[in-house]
Amino acid sequence: MTATDQARTSPAADGGTEKANAFVGLSRVMLLGFVRDKGTLFFTLALPLMFLVLFGVLYKGGGTSHVKVAEVGQVKLLDQLKDQKDGPLSVLEITTFSDEESALTKVKKGELDGLVTEGPDGKLVLRFSQADQVKAGTVQGIMNSLVQTANQMASHATPAFTLDSTKVEDDSTKPIQYLTPGLLAYAVSMGAVYGASFTLVTWRKKRVLRRLRLAPISAGTIVGARVLVSVIVALAQTALFLAVAQLDYFGLKLTGNWWLVIPLVVCATLAFMSIGLVTGSLAKSEESANGINQLIILPMSFLGGAFIPLDFAPSWLQDVSRALPLRYLITPAKSVLSQGGGIADALPAMGILLGFTVVLSAVAWRFFNWDDA
Amino acid sequence: MTEAITADGIRKRYGDVQAVDGVSLSVAVGEFYGLLGPNGAGKTTTLEILEGIREADEGRVELLGMSPWPRNAKLLPRIGVQFQASAFFNKLTARETIRTFASFYGIGPKAADTMLERVGLTESAGVLTDKMSGGQAQRLSIACALVHDPELVFLDEPTTGLDPQARRNLWDLLRDINAEGRTVVLTTHYLDEAEILCDRVSVMDHGKVLKTGAPATLVREIDDTVRIRVESGMLTADRARDLLTTAGATFSNLEDDGTTLALSTHAPGPVLSMLAEENALRGLEVRGATLEDVFLQLTGREYRA
Ligand SMILES: Nc1ncnc2c1ncn2[C@@H]1O[C@H](COP(=O)(O)OP(=O)(O)O)[C@@H](O)[C@H]1O
Ligand SMILES: [Mg+2]
Repeated sequence: MTATDQARTSPAADGGTEKANAFVGLSRVMLLGFVRDKGTLFFTLALPLMFLVLFGVLYKGGGTSHVKVAEVGQVKLLDQLKDQKDGPLSVLEITTFSDEESALTKVKKGELDGLVTEGPDGKLVLRFSQADQVKAGTVQGIMNSLVQTANQMASHATPAFTLDSTKVEDDSTKPIQYLTPGLLAYAVSMGAVYGASFTLVTWRKKRVLRRLRLAPISAGTIVGARVLVSVIVALAQTALFLAVAQLDYFGLKLTGNWWLVIPLVVCATLAFMSIGLVTGSLAKSEESANGINQLIILPMSFLGGAFIPLDFAPSWLQDVSRALPLRYLITPAKSVLSQGGGIADALPAMGILLGFTVVLSAVAWRFFNWDDA
Repeated sequence: MTEAITADGIRKRYGDVQAVDGVSLSVAVGEFYGLLGPNGAGKTTTLEILEGIREADEGRVELLGMSPWPRNAKLLPRIGVQFQASAFFNKLTARETIRTFASFYGIGPKAADTMLERVGLTESAGVLTDKMSGGQAQRLSIACALVHDPELVFLDEPTTGLDPQARRNLWDLLRDINAEGRTVVLTTHYLDEAEILCDRVSVMDHGKVLKTGAPATLVREIDDTVRIRVESGMLTADRARDLLTTAGATFSNLEDDGTTLALSTHAPGPVLSMLAEENALRGLEVRGATLEDVFLQLTGREYRA
């Protein structure tokens, strides 16, 4: 900063006691530009949040899809075991029907996976559809084990073999745990990329940049204000996402070092902003900036694991994702938010994100222009 | 008198267009100085080079004793600039806009609001800038250029596109600004504006300054040409020319555009009596020389903004 950056007292009638600050003034302008633009608000806050809620609802209940079975009339065996939480019935969704015909139609249509009635002598009658082979197998297996268990209980014998099983996912990889960091990263990238690129393009087009050049403020003041506002927006997104994901319905449980997501989001914001600086320097109009930004953000989000977890992705995709800044927010954020990760997970990623920032900012500087002419 | 601006031999080329072709000028402190010329004459480019937002290909500029290029932060608080097209932040009201510009110079909101009042925008302070009328936008633009109390003010066609009443109001404001001791440099393509406002004007065309001086002096220098106009249809141009030549009246630029028969002369007496004899005085207009005639004489063309 130069000497002229310092506040000069007002020469006007009020005696000049009042002061103002260019950094505050610029930050305010950018923040107002953000909150008054309905399009920006929608794409950076509403849309990603809608994705979170939508995916959260769709993927709720973990990877297992329930087997739906109709209980026609009274089936003693089922009623007996219904209250047992971890028993074989826990994967069954049982609906009671009084009329066998209508239940059968539903099985034939594939709306139900099977129907169960109690035959004479306590015989369990299962009718299922072969349409979905996996479900057909599952429903038979479950019913079979049900009968076995009941027989065993009836004979009061100790079973010769028992099976003790636990899901590998355990309760700690519910979909909300990868949805939250993934969609948050998507939201933060939208906000930061668009914030930086639209400020550049709009201000250049509206001749504000050249006007700023004639004001005694440094480029650092302008960039600093933009960084501050983008970071505020990103942290607001983070707070909103964490608040929604932690609702009982979605059930995200934060672990000890979750706060590390804050420095992670800040570093990622810088990296995404520098992408926006590049596109904003290259694009001549808002329309073309918008196009370029989408062309970058959408593939980056898919390949970087914002919408689909990378854990199951092929190795080439893993490699591609390593070249994209998004990954360095999603992966460590997932770890620190809900899987008990710590500094060691966050720090290297933060370094890489800052590396992206330096390189991309240098590229942006190369193409930067104060005005159209 | 000390100089606020001196420029020496500045040139600027855009591809094939020599936008500024060796302009030299000097503006005294406290002067109201005008750059007058038709569109494309090179006024804006000249102004931008003086302001220091464009680098000249050649030539030297000094503003308040300093060079404006490369960007000179010591100079910036002392100059105020209004661009030909407004430069406002998006989604901001008039009040927010001027307060923001004020903050760049460390000037508080109260002083900013005072400036808004001065250009008569207090009532429209809450209007978004992209919803403002042309006149309001121009006034806000000028207010933003003046909010930090600069000694040297550059205004690029401040009244273009305004209705006559708005133009007159703005003229009053500009005169006041100058009366407070500020040096004002204004570009315009309106001859009347230059004549009314400026202490001195430079007439520009094709990137060159053709002539510089006080408007009255420039007009006086091109002899006492009088322009006479009557309705056309009473006398054909050819017949008028014949009659005038036989009457021995000197005249030039005799034209009939279908509505008006116009001519210029140094000796209006014989011309007027000839027109009276022919009973062709309907719609008579007699006018002394103006800057329009200066331009005509300097370029050989009619002035068309
Ligand atoms: N940025 C530019 N790029 C190319 N040509 C330009 C540019 N700016 C101005 N010109 C050209 O230079 C000439 C002078 O323009 P300008 O200085 O704007 O004139 P004025 O302000 O008198 O209308 C015009 O022919 C114009 O087309
Ligand atoms: Mg111009």
